[in-house]
Amino acid sequence: MKLSRILMIIGSASLISLFFLPLWSITLGAPQYPEPIGMHVWINKITDKNPNDIQNINLMNHYVGMKQIPEHMPEFDIFPIVIGFMALLGIAFGALGNYKFYLVWFVLMSLLGIAGMYDFYLWEYDYGHSLDPKAAIKFVDEFGKPLAYTPPMLGTKVILNFTATALPLAGAYVMFAGMFATLYAFFLGKKDR
Amino acid sequence: MKMNKLWSVAAISAILFASCGTQDTKKSDGALGSDLASRSFVAPGEHDEFYAFLSGGFSGQLAVYGLPSGRLFRVIPVFSQDAEKAYGYNEETKPMLNTSFGFVPWGDAHHPDISQTDGKLDGRWIFINENNTPRIARISLETFETEEIIEIPNSAGNHSSSYVTDNTEYVVAGTRFGVPVPQRDMPIKEYKGNFKGALSFIKVDPEHGNMNIEFQIMMPGFNYDKAHPGRGKSHGWFFYTTYNSEEAHTLLEVNASQNDKDYIAAVNWKKAEEYIKAGNFETMPTNYAHNVYDESTHSATTKWVKEVRILDPAKCPGLVYFLPTPKSPHGCDVDPTGEYIVGSGKLSANVTVHSFSKMIAAIEAEKFSGEAYGIPIINFEDVLGGTVVQPGLGPLHTEFDGKGNAYTTFFISSEVVKWKLGTWEVIDRKPTYYSVGHLMIPGGNSQAPFGKYMIAMNKITKDRYLPTGPEVTQSAQLYDITGEKMEMILDFPTVGEPHYAAGIPADLIKSKSKKIYKLEDNNHPYVVKSEKEAKVVRNGKDVHIYMTMIRSHFAPDNIEGIKVGDKVYFHVTNLEQDYDVPHGISMIGANTSELLIMPGQTETFIWEPKKVGVWPMYCTDFCSALHQEMQGYVRVSAANSNTPLSWSLDDE
Repeated sequence: MKLSRILMIIGSASLISLFFLPLWSITLGAPQYPEPIGMHVWINKITDKNPNDIQNINLMNHYVGMKQIPEHMPEFDIFPIVIGFMALLGIAFGALGNYKFYLVWFVLMSLLGIAGMYDFYLWEYDYGHSLDPKAAIKFVDEFGKPLAYTPPMLGTKVILNFTATALPLAGAYVMFAGMFATLYAFFLGKKDR
Repeated sequence: MKMNKLWSVAAISAILFASCGTQDTKKSDGALGSDLASRSFVAPGEHDEFYAFLSGGFSGQLAVYGLPSGRLFRVIPVFSQDAEKAYGYNEETKPMLNTSFGFVPWGDAHHPDISQTDGKLDGRWIFINENNTPRIARISLETFETEEIIEIPNSAGNHSSSYVTDNTEYVVAGTRFGVPVPQRDMPIKEYKGNFKGALSFIKVDPEHGNMNIEFQIMMPGFNYDKAHPGRGKSHGWFFYTTYNSEEAHTLLEVNASQNDKDYIAAVNWKKAEEYIKAGNFETMPTNYAHNVYDESTHSATTKWVKEVRILDPAKCPGLVYFLPTPKSPHGCDVDPTGEYIVGSGKLSANVTVHSFSKMIAAIEAEKFSGEAYGIPIINFEDVLGGTVVQPGLGPLHTEFDGKGNAYTTFFISSEVVKWKLGTWEVIDRKPTYYSVGHLMIPGGNSQAPFGKYMIAMNKITKDRYLPTGPEVTQSAQLYDITGEKMEMILDFPTVGEPHYAAGIPADLIKSKSKKIYKLEDNNHPYVVKSEKEAKVVRNGKDVHIYMTMIRSHFAPDNIEGIKVGDKVYFHVTNLEQDYDVPHGISMIGANTSELLIMPGQTETFIWEPKKVGVWPMYCTDFCSALHQEMQGYVRVSAANSNTPLSWSLDDE
């Protein structure tokens, strides 16, 4: 079998790892939390970085009126279907061996990825802005508007006494590597022609 | 009278030592020059290298310090009620203080000893004895809580206790005050020959640490003062110092100080196991309390034990031998190799050291000088390993650095003396401030001491700190013992009277220290694991409140329908699962202490409202930014009122 086809199959099949590896981490450090508390975002769930971290994040955040980290969201049903479908589609394209479809797959996956990131951003924005009007502690920004607590997408951000850090985890790295492999498979396939 | 003489001897010897040209009796004003402060300094945020567990003596508790800083971290309640932590006040821990004499709110804690495996500290549990109402406690070094207290029957003054063998096979208890066994109404004057001194061997379950009195050896009514297990080559033996081999019953300071020599009793506990196995024991009826705290139910229960197995040394040849030892020996300390048994004759000018191998040879050759109550007395010269000649006055206790040196405290001359095992030469002496009792080197009574620091625990403080009225603090002093000469590097105040201590490298236990109790593992009969389950249940005049606490509210926090004359049980569960977020609760008019509840734990207090009204409760531990708002109300109606029972949080 040609290398391009193998790369296409492996690259798209690597998406299956997202069922076993977390995508993203958000951690919160503070003077009272020398060992930061945090959560891991998966395609189908959000889990504790260390035991009980989500409960403790919720406890911290309820003072400023933030919602609880959801145990379930519609995305948790949709993402696994999309990821599963894309993995199967990529494997099928690889099996068919038409290199043009490799690029189609890559572009489609990239668009879906961006859509997923945008969805994540919307959730974060809502999480940071939809505050309980009865919150015990209400902070305002320099313009007198209620302070928002939107966590960062990537990198570090200081929110009151917390330093929030968002970083990709193993699942994201595997996915990026897999997507890169499919793009490389396209160029390899094109060259072989 | 006798003490006056001793003090004058002390004064004379102080002059003698001073004229010998030792500059050590001066207060160490060289401290600043050698930058001693930095050697006990642990920078803010840094951890100490060692844990030190100092008994609280008459406080009944066990205090946890760091070394070399001397900082106090925690006082573990063991034998005394502690209102701060609700120990002995809440319904869960009250049974811990049950005894055959009823509930005893206080104890006299003496000698902590850390569990061992292969003669090395394993850092699983720490044991400590209670002198007044004979008991031994086991404390977990994961939770730093008292998990078990076992009462010792047929005993009084449980002083030669609670030392553990090389593999924590046994922890021992002894009898300081001879008593009639079984207890009975008889003239005190008939002490001699009639009173007994039981030595108890308490088996420790290797997995869970649970204690069980395996057997008692019913010894003559001498006073069994201190004890030490054999180590290494002498593993299988236990050694006890005795005083009052005169068997005096009054004015002991004179009448128990007449014999030139008392004894160290050498007990072959492996032999004892054989006699037990062979059925060569008597089963004696008794009644004692065995209190066990269950971490899963967060509750203690008392079991009453009705029997104990007794071995009579006169009928068990080879079980016990007496080693003559000068002048009312106190400390009984075995060196890390197990060869030397150091007897500190507290009224003697010398320190007597017995040799284990000579003892075995003398037993085999039957070199006995007589017997007492059927127990062979080994000829003194045939067991003597060596003598440290006139090292000081009033030797009390010896520990070891693992490098061939021994360190002995001298109460009367108020100093610690370092001497060499085998050559018996004195290497160094340093003053203590003042009248040192025991000393401690981490692991210093095991096969593997950590010979870096030594602390001396003093009985008298006088002018060492700012005065606080007639009662001044107790004190310990820290010495660096890494060099040829000891150097005092720190003075630090201690809780209660530290009779004895045990130390261990922090690395052996700190990673195992528990952070929270898992809520899912909480099997308390009145636990509620979510606010939704919180409820109030009336059962006649008993009202049970199943309450939760989390930052920063109680659920429920409004309760109505309680009546004067009710007995209200607050069963409160801390729902937190975060490290270092305890909550407290107290209720106006409750005739008990607050509760201080760790994450995942359930505790109970009883409130018997006596007055009609609306009465507040609140969180007593500053838990969070809204701690001050963590409060609630209970409405109390007249005994004959019809106010329905109701409860709510946020009016829901």
